Amino acid sequence: MIRTALDQIAIQVVDLHKYFDDAAVLRGVDFTVHRGEVVALLGDNGAGKSTLVNCIAGKLLPTRGEIQIMGSSHIINSPHKAQKLGISVVYQDLALIKEMTVVENLFLNREIKHRNQFLKRLGWLDKKAMRQRAKKLLRRLGSENIELEIPVSKLSGGQQQIVALVRSVISGADIIVMDEPTAALGNEQCNQVIELIRLLSTQGVTIILISHNLGQVTKLCDRAVVLCEGQTVADVAVKEVDQLALLALMSGVEPNRFSA
Amino acid sequence: MSSVTQVTAKALVYYAFVLTVVIFTFVLHNSAFFSVENWLNIARQTAPVVIMAIGLNFALSVGMLDLSIGAVVALSGLVAAMLLPDYGVMIASVVALSLGGAIGAFNGYLSLRLAIPSLIVTLGTMVFLSGFVRYLSGLESIPILNKPFLILFGGGSLFGLPSLLFWVIGIAACVYCIFNYLQLGRRLLATGANSNAAQAMGVDTDKIRIIAMSLSGMFAALAGLLYAGRMQSARYTLGESELITVIAAVAIGGGSLMGGQVSIWGTVLGVWLIGVLNNGLILSGFSSNAQMMMKGIILVVAVGITYRARKS
Ligand SMILES: Nc1ncnc2c1ncn2[C@@H]1O[C@H](COP(=O)(O)OP(=O)(O)OP(=O)(O)O)[C@@H](O)[C@H]1O
Ligand SMILES: [Mg+2]
Repeated sequence: MIRTALDQIAIQVVDLHKYFDDAAVLRGVDFTVHRGEVVALLGDNGAGKSTLVNCIAGKLLPTRGEIQIMGSSHIINSPHKAQKLGISVVYQDLALIKEMTVVENLFLNREIKHRNQFLKRLGWLDKKAMRQRAKKLLRRLGSENIELEIPVSKLSGGQQQIVALVRSVISGADIIVMDEPTAALGNEQCNQVIELIRLLSTQGVTIILISHNLGQVTKLCDRAVVLCEGQTVADVAVKEVDQLALLALMSGVEPNRFSA
Repeated sequence: MSSVTQVTAKALVYYAFVLTVVIFTFVLHNSAFFSVENWLNIARQTAPVVIMAIGLNFALSVGMLDLSIGAVVALSGLVAAMLLPDYGVMIASVVALSLGGAIGAFNGYLSLRLAIPSLIVTLGTMVFLSGFVRYLSGLESIPILNKPFLILFGGGSLFGLPSLLFWVIGIAACVYCIFNYLQLGRRLLATGANSNAAQAMGVDTDKIRIIAMSLSGMFAALAGLLYAGRMQSARYTLGESELITVIAAVAIGGGSLMGGQVSIWGTVLGVWLIGVLNNGLILSGFSSNAQMMMKGIILVVAVGITYRARKS
């Protein structure tokens, strides 16, 4: 990991709460991620990870609390707003449009437009440029076998996950949040994704990684933020704890021993 | 049955078109059916319907429906006819088109704001406008004498082909480009196919839906101008009975009535197919009752086949 510009804070979540009717799903989430860091967000099933992701992504409005991006507080009230703030999300359900082709999905809403000034104004697409760009990125992930012009519905679960991931990379986001990005991948592709995440982080991209694979987390992440029943119960440097300790934290045992 | 299910949704209309023409050519071999004049006539007659149907593709692409297009046709024709004597072609057509666009946008806005299906909203708009055009016209038809208007939208011709045919080809090509080469097309289709995912990718799906409905209304208004130009007058009944033709044509053309998939040339051919069928049935001595029954059957059969083809 490269820490630049005096540990610039990329994203800071302060006392975040989210209630659904009377169910309190997030009940005080606090953590900070620096630029270029890879931070794991851990927690048991139902701990509130995806809900937190949706708040950061602008799909849900927090009931209380604050999200700061690059040092200033923002109300992220739409995915569009999140995008403008440089946040991209790989959703747990992938949010791909199954009927559309792989390239169409990769570039949805951020299509490369024609070079000509007039055509660009019209929103004319440069299909060739998009294909080339997509091919290059897929090759880098060792997934050049994914065909670009077929509907996403024809791909395997793992391939769809790769497509969702590549889409985030293409967006050029500063902060990428990944909700279980490797759940459906085989070993080989998993390693490729890990390599990609490393590469992105050296380029200054901030990554929040949600994963149930603790081996992967300890290999890849700098820090782990642990959620338990909607609260941050720990914020630890991964190097300083072992997997068993992480597991204990996730299930709510000894919540105080490691907390920041 | 297997040969039918192998026909893909998009190719269906091409087979049906060729088959129909061949059958009528045999059955009607000693009538005027297979003559250039008859074919140009069909092209002229169906032109406004094609434009309506192409417009409806915008609403369908985002998963909405627009039942008000027939009534917008009448309104647009009447408004243009009433404005023409005092204000000329330019103002009359711009006002009519804007009115159509505004009604469409209003439909879209209302449907989203009140969270009720566009089917219901546009059904209301249709009934309201049908009443309004009756009031506006006093049940009279309004003649159009403005020469430039008639040449531009109705009876003019170029290289021996009716100008209406150029409208059809030109509009179809433009809309085809929108859906295949422009960012707008991607956003429309994404919204119709999976609005949640489109939203997650930052597409403002509400805005896109309103744009789509607005375009649907605007094309209906254009169809109204073409109708009025062809008939050299405007009447409150213009376009009233074409809604079923339009929906049947889109369905048989391979577009999805559920959203996320359009077929522009399929739509054009779908309208022409129904036009040829109508024409052939008339020449064979069938009544307009038979034509109506046929349209109903086509709608159900076409939708049935396209659904099967899509599932497999
Ligand atoms: N829209 C909603 N309305 C009511 N309750 C909800 C809603 N969304 C999530 N919840 C509840 O919030 C809790 C946390 O859900 P969330 O999806 O955030 O968990 P998670 O940590 O992502 O779990 P997993 O590891 O299974 O993905 C769950 O108990 C869930 O039932
Ligand atoms: Mg989750």
